[in-house]
Amino acid sequence: MTRYFTQEHEWIEVNGEVGTVGITDYAQGQLGDITFVELPAEGATVGKGDSVSVVDSVKAASDVYSPVSGTVTEANPALADAPELVNSDAETGGWLFRVTLSDPAELEALMDEAAYKDFVAGL
Amino acid sequence: MRYLPLTADDRTAMLATIGAASVDDLFTDVPPEARLPGPVEGLPAHASELAVERHMSRLAAQNLTAGNAPFFLGAGAYRHHIPASVDHLIQRGEFLTAYTPYQPEIAQGTLQVLFEFQTQVARLFGTDIANASMYDGSTACWEAILMAGRITRRGKAVLSGGLHPHYAQVVRTMAKFTRDEIDARQPRLEPAPDDAELIEAIDAQTSCVVVQYPDILGRIPDLAGIAEAARAKGALLIAVVTEPVALGLIEAPGNLGADIVVGEGQSLGVGLQFGGPYLGLFGCREKFVRQMPGRLCGETVDAEGKRGFVLTLSTREQHIRREKATSNICTNSGLCALAFSIHMTLLGGEGLAKLARINHARTQALVARLTQVPGVSLLNQTYFNEVTLLLPSDARDAVRVLAERGVLGGVSLGRLYPGAAELANGLLVTATETVTDEDIETFATELAGVLA
Amino acid sequence: MTTTQTAGWRPSMGEAATRDKPATVSGDYALMLEECLSFELGGHGKCGVDMDEPELAPLAGLPLRQAAPDLPGLTEPETVRHYTRLSRQNYAIDLGPFPLGSCTMKHNPRLNEKVARLPGFADVHPLQPQASVPGALEVIAQLADWLVTLTGMSAVAMSPKAGAHGELCGLLCIRAAIDARGETRDVVLVPESAHGTNPATAAFAGFKVESIPATAAGRVDLDALKAKLGPNVAGVMITNPNTCGLFEPDMKAIADAVHAAGGYVYCDGANFNAVVGKVRPGDLGVDAMHINLHKTFSTPHGGGGPGAGPVVLSEALAPFAPLPFVTRDAQGRIHLVEEETAGEDHPNSFGRMVAFHGQMGMFTRALTYILSHGADGLRQVAEDAVLNANYVLRSLENVLHAPFGDSGPCMHEALFSDRGFAEGFSTLDVAKGLIDEGFHPMTVYFPLVVHGAMLVEPTETESKAGLDRFIASLRSLAERAKAGDVSLHSAPHYAPRRRLDETLAARKPVLVWKGEPAPSGQPSPSEIGDR
Repeated sequence: MTRYFTQEHEWIEVNGEVGTVGITDYAQGQLGDITFVELPAEGATVGKGDSVSVVDSVKAASDVYSPVSGTVTEANPALADAPELVNSDAETGGWLFRVTLSDPAELEALMDEAAYKDFVAGL
Repeated sequence: MRYLPLTADDRTAMLATIGAASVDDLFTDVPPEARLPGPVEGLPAHASELAVERHMSRLAAQNLTAGNAPFFLGAGAYRHHIPASVDHLIQRGEFLTAYTPYQPEIAQGTLQVLFEFQTQVARLFGTDIANASMYDGSTACWEAILMAGRITRRGKAVLSGGLHPHYAQVVRTMAKFTRDEIDARQPRLEPAPDDAELIEAIDAQTSCVVVQYPDILGRIPDLAGIAEAARAKGALLIAVVTEPVALGLIEAPGNLGADIVVGEGQSLGVGLQFGGPYLGLFGCREKFVRQMPGRLCGETVDAEGKRGFVLTLSTREQHIRREKATSNICTNSGLCALAFSIHMTLLGGEGLAKLARINHARTQALVARLTQVPGVSLLNQTYFNEVTLLLPSDARDAVRVLAERGVLGGVSLGRLYPGAAELANGLLVTATETVTDEDIETFATELAGVLA
Repeated sequence: MTTTQTAGWRPSMGEAATRDKPATVSGDYALMLEECLSFELGGHGKCGVDMDEPELAPLAGLPLRQAAPDLPGLTEPETVRHYTRLSRQNYAIDLGPFPLGSCTMKHNPRLNEKVARLPGFADVHPLQPQASVPGALEVIAQLADWLVTLTGMSAVAMSPKAGAHGELCGLLCIRAAIDARGETRDVVLVPESAHGTNPATAAFAGFKVESIPATAAGRVDLDALKAKLGPNVAGVMITNPNTCGLFEPDMKAIADAVHAAGGYVYCDGANFNAVVGKVRPGDLGVDAMHINLHKTFSTPHGGGGPGAGPVVLSEALAPFAPLPFVTRDAQGRIHLVEEETAGEDHPNSFGRMVAFHGQMGMFTRALTYILSHGADGLRQVAEDAVLNANYVLRSLENVLHAPFGDSGPCMHEALFSDRGFAEGFSTLDVAKGLIDEGFHPMTVYFPLVVHGAMLVEPTETESKAGLDRFIASLRSLAERAKAGDVSLHSAPHYAPRRRLDETLAARKPVLVWKGEPAPSGQPSPSEIGDR
């Protein structure tokens, strides 16, 4: 399993053809208390860079962009009742959705963990 | 100037602090050619309180007021008795001169009122939740159609012919720009509303069916039947209530299956005011909450654990979501919501039910008397406090002549549907608790004279 | 001689009775009064309105309500007390300065209220025959005349219900004008510093929104704007004076460029109060501008409305104005244009935005205010508003960072930022500290283009002495935020509520009362009885 990161602070962990997507711990820290997560519908076709989800805090609504193209297979059911999981477990239990990759080559343009750490340090 | 506290000495001292020689030096960013050298030409100078009051009173005196004539108008604006305490309370400076409650620690008065208002509207409408108000019934109706489009991801609204024609005009106007499809129709002079035709019009592209209850002609549609038909096609039912007092007597739209209920709240506490400001009411199912337009007040606790209230779910709104907001609405009808809420509190649910029965009984008395006038007949199979009468000639003429004789005798369908000759003989009349037996007798006598 | 019984400690005895402040059983503290929900106080079978028993009337055929709405009632004394107690938990302009930038909380003259309640205005129906309401139509016409003359425009659409509704009206006029030319232009340019209503309205009217950056001096970047103009641009929305409290000196150049590219200029008139009587927007090339009667012309905000947003229009857009409206014929006679006669009088109208005629109750108040001030007084209004704002700016710029303080005078509002505050201290802390000082906070975190923005709009109805008190408090708070005074984090300490948990409210929304008891800390009346 390999984990990749975007400049918009999403992470994607790829296991075979399926990627699990969330926002980074750095991102949740910037947003503050998350109050609601709008998730994509299962079966939805998404393109790389499409706005597919919205993470609400009290005073802001932030778009989440899909790191890859593909088809949504699952949205995290736990977030409906517990959006705070994105705060407490952003890079584990607070994942947002899963997607089957239609073009795994898209991953090559993303950052690995070390590159993302450097990227955040430079912000 | 009685409203400007700065003295000449104050201004001099303040300019010294600022480091400016004159007030004009503070307007240097305005290009010289755009700066007016003196007061705008062609306009009078300031006036005393006495003089202004005299001027405005003279204008007011030119109008024939509802309280000075037998009065039978409705059609979306109803005259009810407003208890004296309502106006006294809304003139408390702490309510009247407060802003939108963005600092909740010092706005609990307004916020708790909004929470109580939302609860009252939801219970009146039979919906799970309600918002903190919209501009008026007509704009609330359009916002509900937009919301139904967001929920169903469909773009066609089916409007009942019984929807207030101004509301339908607002919808048609806005839909031209958003490119929503509107399937609208004109009412027909039939005893019952167009429920069957409406059900027929719902298809797989329909986002919502919009039904006024009671309708513009005073008839009461079968909401439950329409709701069932809409649900079968995946469409939502939007019920529009222009006379909320009716809901003291007839079943709440939410209890009959309506998904969104909107309305005009002017009837309770607000008054006629020649058309505004009025009060848009908006309730719906709880699962649609994040698609709702307008402000919402919610319960929470403060740092010491005490119950308190805040504006919430603001990420739907324009000041955060900007072009992705559910609506562009910002200012709503807070003070009118307060007036509505106080009047509703004074009545209570049972008081509202009694008021509604009085209205219905007054209207039955009115119908019984007016249908004795030669040539006048009743259209409606059902009604609450408003009916359509059929006259032997154009009702516009009758209304005009009645007004000349000091009787405000209803709203002609010709005023509401100009150019629709088939409706021209229809006259909408309303009787609320404010109508006396003498009013009814005067109306009947004068109407007989006009038609003779 | 009779002796009266005297007892108890008096201040003259020279020693304090006690220093302890005990908790009360009621939960109230003298004049600081808690108040339950009306539903918790009220009862079924209680009513504050006496009514005759209804005549017995048949109800056959009606879909009768199964049960009366589940809403407890209150008698009049209970109702008056409930709302009076609640009112005391509100701050208001009647209590002190309300310096919300861009919101314009000025004194609301009480003559306006008296006039609006005259039965000739308050008790007339919008669909009465025209001949029975000449005075009401005259009010609309007179206010319209004032608005057109003060702005130097051609016409005014009176029916929009509030500022954002006025924006919508203006943009729909622009859409209709472009449609009439047979063109399709679908982009509206909006500066970054705009009110959120601007982009929301443009989207609501079916346009795409593109953002224009600001210059370092807080103005619209004219070159960036020009670069975006083209055949797809329907118009621009400019706020002038802008949301940084600054006049846009390039307004005429912006308008000329937009017109040359075939677009229209919408001006957000939320800040017209800064220039009323001093500048006519029509002289600057504006095609449409809404006027918030509740801002510039003092109609009360009422805890969030109602507003009123008439839109003045240029000659180019006037033909598209919505119905209904009041007009004068060549003989000066006033009449109402509705759908019936619009075909002849006004064939290009884009349609109707509201039922009835707009916010009549606000028209009577605004006209009363305008007549009271007159052309000379309105000019003084703008001058005093600008003078007061500059006085605040210059009195505080040595303790609070003023991002545009070096670029000349401000207009009606003074803008500060949080630069220089100690680590962990924010604009919010200063705002909540102002509450403890007895003031309503300024607008915070807007405009978005300034970090930790604090936008102070004193308005012309504050006295110098009142401003000096406010300045002293804000100065002290700025110093405390710079010094890292942690007591600011827990402010307000003296308000009816401490900071409220907005996260909880948004995560688990409770929007209506469900009959559950209040959380601990507030005894309900029945609990007090049990004790």
